[in-house]
Amino acid sequence: MLKRNKKTKKGFWHDAWYRLRKNRSAMFALFILGLLVICAIFADYIAPYPYSLQDYNHTFEFPSRKHLLGTDNFGRDILSRIIHGSRISLLVGFSSITTAIIFGGLLGAVSGFYGGKVDNALMRAMDILMAIPGMLLAISLAAALKPGLTNLVIAIAIADIPGYARVVRAAVLTIKEQEYIEASQCIGASDGRIIFKHILPNCLAPIIVQATLGMAGAILSASALSFLGLGIQPPTPEWGSMLSSARQYIRSYWHMTAFPGLAIMITIFALNILGDGLRDALDPRLKN
Amino acid sequence: MIRYIGKRLLMMVPVLLGVIVIVFTIMYLTPGDPARMMLGAGAPASAVEELRETLGLNDSYFVQLLRYIKNVVFRFDLGQSYASNKPVINEILERFPKTILLATLSVTISVIVGISMGIISATKQYSIFDKIATSIALLGVSMPTFWAGLMAVIIFSVHLRWLPASGSYGWEYWILPSLTLGLSSSATIMRMTRSSLLEVIRQDYIRTARAKGQNERVVIIYHALKNAMIPVITVIGMRFGALLGGSVLIESVFAISGLGKFIIDSISMRDNPVVQGGVLLLALSFSICNLLVDILYGFLDPRIKSQYSISRKRGWRRNAQAQ
Repeated sequence: MLKRNKKTKKGFWHDAWYRLRKNRSAMFALFILGLLVICAIFADYIAPYPYSLQDYNHTFEFPSRKHLLGTDNFGRDILSRIIHGSRISLLVGFSSITTAIIFGGLLGAVSGFYGGKVDNALMRAMDILMAIPGMLLAISLAAALKPGLTNLVIAIAIADIPGYARVVRAAVLTIKEQEYIEASQCIGASDGRIIFKHILPNCLAPIIVQATLGMAGAILSASALSFLGLGIQPPTPEWGSMLSSARQYIRSYWHMTAFPGLAIMITIFALNILGDGLRDALDPRLKN
Repeated sequence: MIRYIGKRLLMMVPVLLGVIVIVFTIMYLTPGDPARMMLGAGAPASAVEELRETLGLNDSYFVQLLRYIKNVVFRFDLGQSYASNKPVINEILERFPKTILLATLSVTISVIVGISMGIISATKQYSIFDKIATSIALLGVSMPTFWAGLMAVIIFSVHLRWLPASGSYGWEYWILPSLTLGLSSSATIMRMTRSSLLEVIRQDYIRTARAKGQNERVVIIYHALKNAMIPVITVIGMRFGALLGGSVLIESVFAISGLGKFIIDSISMRDNPVVQGGVLLLALSFSICNLLVDILYGFLDPRIKSQYSISRKRGWRRNAQAQ
């Protein structure tokens, strides 16, 4: 009996993966993201030059065969800096979203599960955070913390927490009423066990979709903050801070501005397509 | 309806008080000494200490917070700018119209472009136009606005020399920034209009309208669009808020002397009262905008209006149970 169950058990995740695999644009996006991750991990081997190598005989060079995307004001190879920049962007995007999901998810789960006064208090707190436009909140947090990688992650994560809290709360509210929750309450399971073992795994689908799209948003905010000088500081290669230093040469050297921005756009584009694909795969009812 | 609006206005009060506390706390925690900043690095320690005393910076956190709230709530006094020594409220209100103008222009552009493209895409689903429009919209969503602004400067100001690159002296200075912001947020509105309209078009009452021989144009505009607009309006309201925040970036790209750029400049000068006041004003406008969106719902959707005639909370609970 158990064996047969195992064989025929093609669960929700299996189906979702099957649907995702059939979605060609989502698979393409996944491929691009895979390439980016490889670039980030093996940046030292892939990049044609060290990212900080300055060559004062070849400053401001336009794209050529030697420097595929040209060089910047210090004669550093822009392609190599973009490849190394993928490390920071992916790292910031991933860690800020993970942080936001952990805290937002917990707040949302507690709020949705207990309801009543706890729910009211937590959601009003989230309303307050949401009353400040996200970008503005991230900017003021980044200004209050010292510039740097960790603080950038914290600033973006805090601005994102209310969104996740709301998504998880809504999911918990619907799951809470299901019979299997009642059943586990009857056999005396603790609240913590019910939340972590029964409720949260069942609201993973909306969380995953939100996380993919949210990571796109986080990478955008990170580059925007660095562009304003509140995030990663030069000379560390980061796409936003590369744009920020390219700005003063915008009148003569377009390539310094064009390529780092293109890198941001491709990453966000891939994440957005994957997010849309995941939404269709995880919730087929929504598909148009 | 009036009772509902009044209730929503009352609900805004604690939220805004909370915003004041958060913004004040963030700025309180910001490292650096404003008094030292104002007097310069060479000033004697006694002078710095004296200035700290007069500015009230030596008081405890709670004393400073309460004083700030009292001044803001009862006297609309946001303090004095450390940099210019003028009242913050005047400085901010001087620059706010430019930010509002930029946000309004961009929202107008994005609503016109986004909704019309969304309608065409949805009514001609899977056509060539639909495919091209949805791909462009996805690209638009993925583009950092500040980068789009920089590229627009490179193309239209540096190379083609059609439009000025920075400043805000005449109407022609507003074209690039508002088009950049407007077109990039039209992508979100277009995607929302398309998916919402596609959902509505499949409803029975649309089939009924078509079956009775109604002109397709009338079916789309009067029967479908009105019902599809509710999620779109939420998105427009949220975009307006995002634009108020995003204007910070676009204003500094195009050197428009609006509130956003003022906030960024004040952050680097450690001019805390200005940053606090600026963020507060933007958060207030964002809340008012959300309130207007909620009120609009009532007019557009009678189901929502009737729900609010009963207690709001009871409606929520019933919805939760129905799910």
